[in-house]
Amino acid sequence: MLTDKPRASPSSSRELTIVQALREALREEMRRDDQVFVLGEDIRIGGSFLFTLGLLDEFGPERVLNTPISEAGFVGLAIGAAIQGLRPIIDFQYGDFIFTAFDQIMQQCAKLRYMSGGQVSIPLVFQLPTGASGRGAQHANSVETVFFGIPGLKIVTPATPFDAKGLFKSALRDNNPVLFCVHKHLYGSRGRQLAASSISRGHVPDDEYLVPLGKGDIKKRGADITLVANGLMLHRSLNVAEALEAEGLSVEVVDPRCLVPFDTELVIDSVVRTSRLVIVEEGNERGGWGSQLAAEIASQAIGYLDAPIMRVAAPNVPVPFSPVLESAVIPDERQIRSAILELMEH
Amino acid sequence: MQELSIRLPQIPDAAPLEPYEADLLREMYRRMVLIRQFELKVNELFLQGIMPGTIHLSLGQEATVVGACLALDADDVITLTHRGHGQALAKGVSADALMAELFGKETGCCRGKGGSLHVGDMSVGALPAIAIVGASSPIAAGMAFAFKRRQTSQVALNFFGEGTANKGDWHEALNLAALWNLPVVYLCENNLYGVSTHITEAMAIDYVSERAAAYGMPGSTIYGNDPIIVYEAVKSAADRARAGDGPALIECLTYRRGGHKRDDPGTYRPQEEVEAWFKTDPIPAFRDRLLRDDRFAASAIEDLQAAVMAAIDASVDYALASEAPAITSALEHLYVD
Repeated sequence: MLTDKPRASPSSSRELTIVQALREALREEMRRDDQVFVLGEDIRIGGSFLFTLGLLDEFGPERVLNTPISEAGFVGLAIGAAIQGLRPIIDFQYGDFIFTAFDQIMQQCAKLRYMSGGQVSIPLVFQLPTGASGRGAQHANSVETVFFGIPGLKIVTPATPFDAKGLFKSALRDNNPVLFCVHKHLYGSRGRQLAASSISRGHVPDDEYLVPLGKGDIKKRGADITLVANGLMLHRSLNVAEALEAEGLSVEVVDPRCLVPFDTELVIDSVVRTSRLVIVEEGNERGGWGSQLAAEIASQAIGYLDAPIMRVAAPNVPVPFSPVLESAVIPDERQIRSAILELMEH
Repeated sequence: MQELSIRLPQIPDAAPLEPYEADLLREMYRRMVLIRQFELKVNELFLQGIMPGTIHLSLGQEATVVGACLALDADDVITLTHRGHGQALAKGVSADALMAELFGKETGCCRGKGGSLHVGDMSVGALPAIAIVGASSPIAAGMAFAFKRRQTSQVALNFFGEGTANKGDWHEALNLAALWNLPVVYLCENNLYGVSTHITEAMAIDYVSERAAAYGMPGSTIYGNDPIIVYEAVKSAADRARAGDGPALIECLTYRRGGHKRDDPGTYRPQEEVEAWFKTDPIPAFRDRLLRDDRFAASAIEDLQAAVMAAIDASVDYALASEAPAITSALEHLYVD
């Protein structure tokens, strides 16, 4: 079943966190296809965000492959295994550690199909905890932003348990490399902070379903202004939108869900109705996915806009440690609210 | 400036050819001549300004790549380097498809998308070449991982140069291959130079193979300009890998008969060293051995050489007559549908 919206399910109203939904997706796919295996650091005990918790017991060490600290090595190994038809998932403790394997991803994984004239395909999923979470500059990268400009990769940034499960299953069945980037505050793993919002836990049906890659979702309908946000920023934006609704301002909140491919049509449709656009992302402003979206809306739908396109993003600095400084750099609800209100004055 | 230490070749006694099938010996010689003549033709076309791109010739290293590839089974897989024409021909990529690729034609082995630095053909077990030093080593381990998982008895062979042995990806690959007992052969073409930098300026030990012990796999250094020696070493490593005994590292000492690439005269190499190594040219040496064997008549060898020359001329005609890729194909082959 292909669907993009949770359906009301009479049989169950269970609510899961993202990590529970992802683990369930992984377990189902490993049962369904014996070519699927997962590898990464400390995944025998669940990995950093407990994505693989309990999987070793069911699938054994051959399919739940605990690796040494050797990112370039095991990323390259997974690429080779995928070329030969296996379907690896690499679980990164922190997405930030992917950069020691940058060549393997940018120059090998993303290009081998193209430069061989289509001779190989690389079905490979990277499970990447992304974003800032109080750990200083080297554990706070918005990984998705760094890879956004590289052709040959797909990039998914789910923000709800329902989307996470359906998108993860689609990513695993896709025959291309997929970076699956989940904000560190969204997993809901034991001992980890979980974002406070109405969507950080959510209904996940028992039945099989897929959410297609490249199809965005309107998380809240609204008439006055379109706000596009992903990951943790979607949660913060929804909180702001819900508060503003009570104050009489109707904000439409669009979740692209995937950065590559990007559902630009959905944003255009929304902007045509609202005539205003604000784009919120956690990564640095320079070269962010929001700059590409702003350019596309400017070139394809500027006639519908009544105001300039507004962007909210981190300034162009690394993420500092001091909690005061981190929250100054990472867009928060206050900044998002100000941007919306400022745009409404045009 | 510190004077370079010179590694002069030490040529072992040639093994008798009697134990080997005539077909194998003939094919060994044919492929070496094919590579030599192919590369000379490519050089000529490049100098004439007809061939686009950049070219890293494998002249002089024919015995290593041919000995290694003939020791593998047809469904075994190799990874290639930036100096990959010889490796491709040795594994069985067709000269027509290779030449067409160098010209960037639609009929090229990578449909003109790869060029000299990325030649290969999956249908003969040659993963299109990875031209970033070291990057292919973990990928070869990964292919071997899949073979082991599926219990296919296939082996992966990773070609790399001695300069690669100082790269992180290579070290990580050898560690994982040994740790997980993967059926992969790490085959070093040690031609003494990474572009202009001599091996003694790049590492503090004498041989790349010494590093094998650090990962828990066997390592050996052999003379790489005798295809029989290379064949035996690779066959034994591949058999061992197929039997489930894990990876091995084989370092083949050989020499570039030219610079790093077309516009590099290689003048940084001491004359004494160049002269000594040029005398070890693997092709005339192997031809002399064949001619001393009753099974090979001089006329048959000449016929074989003539057939190779004709095939290379035909590959040039094929490449020049082939269409350029459709402009629209620049946007194809990125994602699988």
